[in-house]
Amino acid sequence: MGAQTRVYKRRIKSVTATKKITKAMEMIAASRIVKAQRRVAASEPYATELTRAVTAVAYGSNTEHWLTTEVERPTRAAVLLVTSDRGLAGGYNSNAIKQAELLTNRLIGEGKEVLHYVVGRKGVAYYGFRDRPVQESWTGFTDSPSYGDAKEVAAPLIEAIKAETAQGGVDELHIVYTEFHSMMTQSAVDQRMLPLTFTKSAEDSAEVLQRGKEILPLYDFEPSADDVLDALLPRYVESRIYNALLQSAASKHAATRRAMKSATDNAEELIKSLTRLANAARQADITQEISEIVGGASALADASAGSDR
Amino acid sequence: MAELHVELVAADRKVWSGKASLVIARTTSGDIGVMPGHQPLLGVLETGSITIRTTGESGEGTVVAAVHGGFISFSDDKLSLLAEIAELSDEIDVQRAERALERAKSDADAAAERRADVRLRAVAGAH
Repeated sequence: MGAQTRVYKRRIKSVTATKKITKAMEMIAASRIVKAQRRVAASEPYATELTRAVTAVAYGSNTEHWLTTEVERPTRAAVLLVTSDRGLAGGYNSNAIKQAELLTNRLIGEGKEVLHYVVGRKGVAYYGFRDRPVQESWTGFTDSPSYGDAKEVAAPLIEAIKAETAQGGVDELHIVYTEFHSMMTQSAVDQRMLPLTFTKSAEDSAEVLQRGKEILPLYDFEPSADDVLDALLPRYVESRIYNALLQSAASKHAATRRAMKSATDNAEELIKSLTRLANAARQADITQEISEIVGGASALADASAGSDR
Repeated sequence: MAELHVELVAADRKVWSGKASLVIARTTSGDIGVMPGHQPLLGVLETGSITIRTTGESGEGTVVAAVHGGFISFSDDKLSLLAEIAELSDEIDVQRAERALERAKSDADAAAERRADVRLRAVAGAH
């Protein structure tokens, strides 16, 4: 076997091994998407009912509450960025980070100070590498977040928004995550969680507008509207964060699957062209051998014909 | 007869839904019973048990659940009970709850003790 052929054979072998890995990762991600999607769906009733209740209180009561009223001159905003712990997911993390950067720049442009809160090792690494301060960060649960994780993330954010601005509190709460539309499309979005806006991002505002049309009943609050809001809004924040975490997890798996699928496809392509090259090299080897034999034979024939004369 | 449509949902799943004639829950200002035609209501729930008298398609009977914090909201004969954690009485593992109660008592963890106690009471209420 010629040296060239051996080189090609070796490369084919290594690409085949890589292909096996990426194929396996693709399958794993595909099975996880379904699970993650199911969890998003399971969390929906709670989120819907909670949004409904929050809308009811916010519209149905005329109490001024710090969580529903906008501060006249907001000076500080918290941005929660949801990324994943692992890479190999195509543009998933960089898209979310880019979206967070856009939002940060916009908020700074509006004259607000931005505090960063980050979920996921990739986001932490991004800020860490650039030496930018992060208020708080969480890692380790991005693949399958539980409600407890969402609570943990929500606690300092609620704390921050409850605190007075002068004492380091924030006036606004934003969240950046990757929305899961379908297996093929996921997009990084930013939403303002607090103060409540009922005309913000597409899906949310549509839902709320729908609710707005049906006449909201005049609720009797137990014990009082203020107390209900006090208890309701932290839960609302938690449930929104939980939903964002779940959607991000589903998106991450979908992105991984897509990235791994194209890696597998590329590996196949590579194997195909390498096989062709290997075949050509083998053919060249054979041709060379034949011509060597023929050349040798005719040289011999020539030599013996010469000695006859 | 008028019926309530009840949805009991926890943060990560729907626990129970169906028709009922009466729902008793514990709010921060005391126990409250909701029957069809009640005034629209939004209240904060205490950690406690919820009793649902089922009727209609769900059959006559009683469903008891333990909830740990949450909300009750009622309008148009639709009642939703939202809880971070909610368990139906027949889902509760009695032995585990008893163990948790023991542990909470020895650790003097009031919140955990209360949770375990509510679980056990919900189970007792179901029998």
